[in-house]
Amino acid sequence: MTELCTGLITNGHQLILFLQSGSACFATLAYLKTEKRFRDELRMNVNQHTPMASPYGQPQPGYGQPGYAPLDGSYPAPYAPYNGPASAYQPGAPPQGYSPFTSFPSKALAANPVSDLPSPLDLGPARGPPTSGPPPVSAPQQYNQYSQSQGSMQNGPPPPTQAPPRPAVSQPYNQGAMNLSGPHPSYPQHYGPPSTMQQVTNQMTGMQITSGPPTAAGPGYAPPHSSQPPVSTGYSAAAQASYTQAPPPVSSAPTQPPPPSGPAAPQQYYSGPPPSSQQPFNSSLPPTSQQQQQFTSSVTPQPPPQQTLPPSSYSGPVPPQSQPPVPPVSQAQQSFPTPQPPFSSAPPPVSQSSFATGPPPSAQGSFPPQGPPPSSQPGSFPPPGPPLTSAPFSQYPGPMPPQQQPPPSQPSPYHSGQHPPRPQMPPTSMAQSNHLPPGPQGPPGPPGPLQQPPSQPGMQTGYPPQQNGAFGQVRGPQPGYSAPYPGQPNYGAPAPAPPAQKRLDPDAIPSPQASDMPAVQKPRHRIDPDAIPSPIQVIEDDKAKTTEPFTTGVRGQAPPLVTTNFQVQDQGNASPRFIRCTAYNMPCTADMAKQSQVPLAAVIKPLATLPPDEPPPLVVDHGESGPIRCNRCKAYMCPYMQFIEGGRRFQCGFCSCVTEVPPHYFQHLDHTGKRVDCYDRAELSLGSYEFLATVDYCKNNKLPQPPAFIFLIDVSYNAVKSGMVNIVCQELKTLLDCLPRENPEAESAVRVGFVTYNKVLHFYNVKSSLAQPQMMVVSDVSDMFVPLLDGFLVNVNESRQVIESLLDQIPEMFADTRETETVFGPVIQAGLEALKAADCAGKLFVFHTSLPIAEAPGKLKNREDKKLIGTDKEKSLFQPQVGFYSSLAKECVAQGCCVDLFLFPNQYVDVATLGVVPVSTGGSVYKYTYFQAQSDQERFLNDLRRDVQKLVGFDAVMRVRTSTGIRATDFFGSFYMSNTTDVELAGLDCDKAITVEFKHDDKLSEETGALMQCAVLYTSCSGQRRLRIHNMAVNCCSQLADLYRNCETDTIINYFSKYAFRGILSNPTKAVRETLVNQCAQILACYRKNCASPSSAGQLILPECMKLLPVYLNCVLKSDVLLPGADVSLDDRAYLRQLISCMDVAETHVFFYPRLLPVMKLESGSLPVAVRDSEERLSKGGVYLLETGLHLFLWVGASVQQELLLNIFGTPSFSQIDSNMTSLPVLDNPISQALRELIYSFRAQRSRYMKLMVVKQEDRAELIFRHFLVEDKSASGGASYVDFLCHMHKEIRQLLS
Amino acid sequence: MTTYQEFIQQNEDRDGVRFSWNLWPSSRLEATRLVVPVSCLFTPLKERPNLPPVQYEPVLCSRANCKAVLNPLCQVDFRAKIWACNFCFQRNPFPPSYAGISDVNQPAELMPQFSTIEYIVQRGPAAPLIFLYVVDTCLEEEDLQALKESLQMSLSLLPPNALVGLITFGRMVQVHELSCEGIAKSYVFRGTKDLTAKQIQEMLGLTKPAVAGQQGRPLAPQDAAATCKFLQPVHRVDMNLTDLLGELQRDPWPVPQGKRPLRSTGVALSVAVGLLEGTFPNTGARVMLFIGGPPTQGPGMVVGDELKTPIRSWHDIQKDNARHLKKATKYYEALANRSATNGHSIDIYACALDQTGLLEMKCLSNLTGGHIVMGDSFNTSLFKQTFQRVFSKDYNGDFRMAFGGVLEVKTSRELKVCGAIGPCVSLNSKSPCVSENELGIGGTSQWKVCGLNPSTTLGIYFEVVNQHNAPVPQGGRGAVQFVTQYQHSNTQRRIRVTTIARNWADAQSQIQHIESSFDQEAAAVLMARLGVFRAESEEGPDVLRWLDRQLIRLFMFHLRRSPFLQVFNNSPDESSYYRHHFVRQDLTQSLIMIQPILYSYSFHGPPEPVLLDSSSILPDRILLMDTFFQLVIYHGETIAQWRKAGYQEMAEYENFKQLLQAPLDDAQEILQTRFPMPRYIDTEHGGSQARFLLSKVNPSQTHNNLYAWGQETGAPILTDDVSLQVFMDHLKKLAVSSSA
Repeated sequence: MTELCTGLITNGHQLILFLQSGSACFATLAYLKTEKRFRDELRMNVNQHTPMASPYGQPQPGYGQPGYAPLDGSYPAPYAPYNGPASAYQPGAPPQGYSPFTSFPSKALAANPVSDLPSPLDLGPARGPPTSGPPPVSAPQQYNQYSQSQGSMQNGPPPPTQAPPRPAVSQPYNQGAMNLSGPHPSYPQHYGPPSTMQQVTNQMTGMQITSGPPTAAGPGYAPPHSSQPPVSTGYSAAAQASYTQAPPPVSSAPTQPPPPSGPAAPQQYYSGPPPSSQQPFNSSLPPTSQQQQQFTSSVTPQPPPQQTLPPSSYSGPVPPQSQPPVPPVSQAQQSFPTPQPPFSSAPPPVSQSSFATGPPPSAQGSFPPQGPPPSSQPGSFPPPGPPLTSAPFSQYPGPMPPQQQPPPSQPSPYHSGQHPPRPQMPPTSMAQSNHLPPGPQGPPGPPGPLQQPPSQPGMQTGYPPQQNGAFGQVRGPQPGYSAPYPGQPNYGAPAPAPPAQKRLDPDAIPSPQASDMPAVQKPRHRIDPDAIPSPIQVIEDDKAKTTEPFTTGVRGQAPPLVTTNFQVQDQGNASPRFIRCTAYNMPCTADMAKQSQVPLAAVIKPLATLPPDEPPPLVVDHGESGPIRCNRCKAYMCPYMQFIEGGRRFQCGFCSCVTEVPPHYFQHLDHTGKRVDCYDRAELSLGSYEFLATVDYCKNNKLPQPPAFIFLIDVSYNAVKSGMVNIVCQELKTLLDCLPRENPEAESAVRVGFVTYNKVLHFYNVKSSLAQPQMMVVSDVSDMFVPLLDGFLVNVNESRQVIESLLDQIPEMFADTRETETVFGPVIQAGLEALKAADCAGKLFVFHTSLPIAEAPGKLKNREDKKLIGTDKEKSLFQPQVGFYSSLAKECVAQGCCVDLFLFPNQYVDVATLGVVPVSTGGSVYKYTYFQAQSDQERFLNDLRRDVQKLVGFDAVMRVRTSTGIRATDFFGSFYMSNTTDVELAGLDCDKAITVEFKHDDKLSEETGALMQCAVLYTSCSGQRRLRIHNMAVNCCSQLADLYRNCETDTIINYFSKYAFRGILSNPTKAVRETLVNQCAQILACYRKNCASPSSAGQLILPECMKLLPVYLNCVLKSDVLLPGADVSLDDRAYLRQLISCMDVAETHVFFYPRLLPVMKLESGSLPVAVRDSEERLSKGGVYLLETGLHLFLWVGASVQQELLLNIFGTPSFSQIDSNMTSLPVLDNPISQALRELIYSFRAQRSRYMKLMVVKQEDRAELIFRHFLVEDKSASGGASYVDFLCHMHKEIRQLLS
Repeated sequence: MTTYQEFIQQNEDRDGVRFSWNLWPSSRLEATRLVVPVSCLFTPLKERPNLPPVQYEPVLCSRANCKAVLNPLCQVDFRAKIWACNFCFQRNPFPPSYAGISDVNQPAELMPQFSTIEYIVQRGPAAPLIFLYVVDTCLEEEDLQALKESLQMSLSLLPPNALVGLITFGRMVQVHELSCEGIAKSYVFRGTKDLTAKQIQEMLGLTKPAVAGQQGRPLAPQDAAATCKFLQPVHRVDMNLTDLLGELQRDPWPVPQGKRPLRSTGVALSVAVGLLEGTFPNTGARVMLFIGGPPTQGPGMVVGDELKTPIRSWHDIQKDNARHLKKATKYYEALANRSATNGHSIDIYACALDQTGLLEMKCLSNLTGGHIVMGDSFNTSLFKQTFQRVFSKDYNGDFRMAFGGVLEVKTSRELKVCGAIGPCVSLNSKSPCVSENELGIGGTSQWKVCGLNPSTTLGIYFEVVNQHNAPVPQGGRGAVQFVTQYQHSNTQRRIRVTTIARNWADAQSQIQHIESSFDQEAAAVLMARLGVFRAESEEGPDVLRWLDRQLIRLFMFHLRRSPFLQVFNNSPDESSYYRHHFVRQDLTQSLIMIQPILYSYSFHGPPEPVLLDSSSILPDRILLMDTFFQLVIYHGETIAQWRKAGYQEMAEYENFKQLLQAPLDDAQEILQTRFPMPRYIDTEHGGSQARFLLSKVNPSQTHNNLYAWGQETGAPILTDDVSLQVFMDHLKKLAVSSSA
């Protein structure tokens, strides 16, 4: 059922993951430990893999082959550079797994060998096993911890129901662990003989065994999220039964318990996991099971560890089990058959069935299809882990006790387990070290980990944080595994360190070996989260790599990641701050592009704010005749124009047309053919610059008026009551002094106007000559008009007194209002008409509270219907309810009327419809649900201030010109298009990005590359008409490998998310998700097929540049928009959907993969290294800051040191922390200062103010927080990273087969 | 027995009634032969300083379809305490409160001198007076300023408890909220959209959750005042409103070259009517519309905003070229009817050099009893004083205005009422005394006169229905009772009852008597009203022909030439304006309108009336002509020369100075009393403004009749119009030769 990540190998540009399904996932997880272990494991793996590696090496010659060559010897090294840990783990794991497996899995192994994926599987298993091996011991602990943590997370108090479940789970594990203890010895042995059939077989057996535990885990898993308790119960005895799928297995397991239980448990696990996984991947589930089977086969190695664990756990209940392990396996298998049937019914069942078959060759056959299940399996695994831990001995008896007991018991297992491993292998030490690392807290902590293992409680605590519900469990096992498997520990720690190694190693990739191993029928491994590509690692690596300023002069050079701070020097191409491409090496032909499926897109942020040390685009004035342009394609003068004939003409780089140089622009050429004034002119030497536009570029051939800002404030009952009206009015008094201006010295040219409304509209005459403002009520909302001209839009300084008087009076006037109905359409119409009357462009700031149900155009009705979610009609919920707003938006765009909408809803307001105009006019939607002045004021005001002050252009038209061969075909963002080429933006501010997709319409040449020029014609805030030009050149390639070497995953994700979020307007979300998965699979499969060195199908090989694609894509897939949880309102989804559409790469990145920083040891000025978004990375004794660009959480562990609490919150007691606080108390100590600085800097980086939420561990609010731990399974059914990776692997294999 | 002259005068003084015939032919046939119908001019609220109102309510005949009021003509049986209705002969008991009635203790209404009596109705709440200003802001700065001042001034003339409201309009229509502090609020309506009353009331927030207003009775004024933020007592919002008016800006919307300002008069009126309709139905209210130009957009548009398209002329109308005429007229008529239904009158003060659309809008005033004042600018004394005079007060200190009048006419059996002509609308009350023949606004015995003043006069036409073969018994009298209910300007509701009786006469035997009872002046005015009424709805020439057929009388010459029938040289607006006033003024004024009065001042004697003839224009005379609308002082050639020479400044020519002063004083006297203020013209021989005089006089001497040319006896008039002489000659010929 489970999948294994047998190995991870990164080349310069590729990452290879070995995934196998099987119970061994735990093992893999366990892999993550200290670097040393890692390396060792790596070596181990390498050794084992070596055979595999060779194959890899061959296919990949160009890439990491060199590394491969070294195979055995070299592997270690290569690994190091790579994600090391992962790859290393895998290899290492296998060995470990093998060893354990050998003992257990003989049967399973046999089956596995048969499986298609042997090699990968083997690898996976190999790694898995190791992890699993160690995990067994640690796992239990972790599980317990995990369970506790989970429990705590969910219900607050750990002990409660959750605890029980886990215990149950853990029990099996414990048993397993017990068994492990037995097996452990074998492990070392296995290691000794790196990989062998025997090992594999052993692993296989182990796998089975592990599978047993996993199953348990599975149930556990499921529980963690929602139904842990049940799981526990199920486990205890009926627990299994309780699980639909699991039950059968469980039952079998129980029967088999002692010995079989181990195996059975795994199976159950699988079954368990599948369910969970199934939810995410319904289709895949069944496969999962298959995979699981496969995995089991492949995992076999892992299973051993798991088996050991399970056995141990089982043993817990039945001491004898420890010995049984092997027999158990057999038993398990036997038992499995029975369970299998049930499984068959459900996906998990399938796995079981597969299992049954699995063991035999037939099972293997089934395995391949199971591929998907693997992914699920991983998920499932984790749970198993916990269960194991919790289940441990005593736990079994009583679910409740488990936790407490488990700890103790766990420790014991740990010790036992660990000890065995240690003695057996250096790995053990590794494992220990790994253990430490596993604690998300400290990779460095190798020793710590070790210690932790010993002290189960500590371990638990440490682990839990790291682990997510599922993962946590998984990891739980890992720790345990780690103990047994030295390698495991490495994983945890290695992850960080390894990267470098991995890179180096990539070539060396042991994969060959792995592949061999699989071939050999290696056991399946559970996937170790630390073994799979880590976003944090990639980010940190990129940071480390980027030391020099990025110069844009070199064509086709990928810029540093968005998460890296770097300086840009414009040398002829636009800064990545303006344009980022998905691929900097575009395929030359459409065929290639189609084959690769890599989207060719650019994310353009035309008015992006540059850091202070980078000069803003220079303004170029070409005089009265306007900017010089190509005669044919109208491209603007740019560095790509080739001057010929002594400078008298120039040839367009886009269309090759030759155009005369106007006399006033003539300049001689130097000996290289460059104009001698080349470097004096921005348009000849820079990538980004601005032209002054002439009157020909203006509407009606008339120079534009300065723009106007109109504030339209809802004054209905709700708006007044929530305090919004008062806040807005108070704020505007000062805010009006901060209207955007180009010259900070000068007065802003922007005029302002005010409107309030409920069911009718109130315009205000604030002419400077008036003694008091005049209110004009327009009740005729069905046919909106502006009642006044003179005095509505005024200069702030001239009318200051009247305006202040007005702003003072508005809250008073409506203080007693009883009007609850509002209109909305007429409000925008009013603003639009006002701008029309004043003949200028401008921006409307609409502050609105409720669904506009008053009789008027654009009247809406409440259509929120949760029953539609998940159906084919779901898409209708994202479409505007009435056509009115679309046509209104069109009018707004024509006038250059940009609409920013601030929503303060207390209930459904139909954001999907209300947002149509803002989205089409380049505006923004801000939403403050259940707005309360006290708690939300700060956020709202900061948003408002920023929104009012930010740089903005009006009445803009953007056009993207490209060189012959490609053309911009699709655009995503907040804008309106009346034809296929011109992007019309009523307003364009510095935060808005537009994603442009390109398609081939001809061949590109490698020589000239592909050019694009984005020209934005806009009216500046001072009323000047300008053209901003961004030029971008990228390379073209005829080899797919080049494409994959030069792409940017963050940008691809940006494109994918926008593509998908638009897709749900017309397709069922399920179909959209599948499309995404398919495309991603195709991309990766294409790489695998065309660029990666040949290797066994069981290997997951990822291009280096895209190794994060799965994890990020998974984040997209499980976002609230595509996969809503039960508590996510339709409005929220529509809001997010619209929000994403204009995000740039940095924003989508942090949105989909939130930044999670440990802040326990903050130092002013330096940023702590982030940790991965997984619950298991959180330490109970830690404090973490998580930001998504929209939310900011401060998570406080339940056992944080008093001193730290005192430093941060000013209170020594955890319970006294006020979780309602929105800002931290100002305390005079370094920690507090640094933390507040950090929060400040976070907020400064984002376009929207993030309200701080303090989340106490085990508090109810933690549910919200956990939603952002995107590597974990989500409450709404989103797959965990591991699950998804396995699923992806399956998809890829399907594509390849 | 006094002469008929005296009798007529006495009747007019006492009852405000002038009948065309003071003896009535006793049969339909005879009546028909008399050509001029039995008809009367009735001034319901004729000022009667000696008529104190009684503090009780009238006693009505108990017959359901009669309900005549007890009057001096009734036979009373004091002993039985019973009175007999003199219209239906129903015998009615006196009400208990009349228990003490006796021969010597008669209530006022039984005394002969109280043929006109006024009752004060104590029932119902006292409704406040309401003045709703509807102000055009598309004015020249100077005009607007003057208008603002006039309006502010008018506030001081209003009684403190009167409710005032303000609506301004230009491109948009603004209804100002008056009771707000700190911020001036107004509700704005688009000037181009026709809104129903309900919509307007909704938009103004006047619709309240089902207040018990179903019966259409006026809301309790206190409540209404409290709830309607647009109409507030003067004393409460005096300052606010003054400020508001002071800050009134010209319509801020730019008027491009070659365009008229966009003026939403139609919607503004619609809003005003809707507002009053929703807040104070059946309560006296006066909508005062001030316009400086024609409505140029929205419903009621009279002309487009393109200056190159001139406003319709009579020529256009005859050619059917007036695009907006019918639509606009229909629109304003609908508004007028709504307004009339609710008892609100609408005044129009139009001051512009060009036409302002009075032709289309006239019905607003005509149907609701409002005023129409036409001037060149708000910055003229003509407007200012006229406007001031609207608020003139009577000897009691009450406004000379009344609201919501309902005039009911009851006749004895031999007589039926055919219709009325005046500022009224039909109430469609089909009582037995309604004739099937309609003259004027007929088919009813009740008319609503929303706005009344002491000079408001209606022409009421009757028909004798008595058949020839059923002669009225000797000495029989026909009776007519006018019952006028109205809201007095002091907010009391009153009922004035006028009962008159005339003897029947057999036309065959008493033709001489009948002839002598003929009231030439009344008949002339009544016939003129008929003519004007017809002219409103029929083609001009047809009306003239009809008149020619009907009448052969001296003044008809002038009537024919008057602006009431003759549209030549008058814009449609002017015609409307003149007609408007003609159909509501009392007999004296009407006569002046028909045949202007010409006084001659000279050293030869006291001022004397002279013929309205060119022969009266002599060099050594000063002429004073009063046409009702104009007051012309014309200095003869010699006088003018003397004046130019400055003789009046010399002590020895004191007499000349006095001569010059005399017509001025006389003119001043007229100006003081007349409403609307006439256009005052001081001109001399050869002056451009002398045309006002020359156009009126009988062109007995023109460039055509040689014998008169160049003679010293008068001034020749350069016209092709026929002179009276020619006209008369022609008439005589017709009268003799005509077979008809």
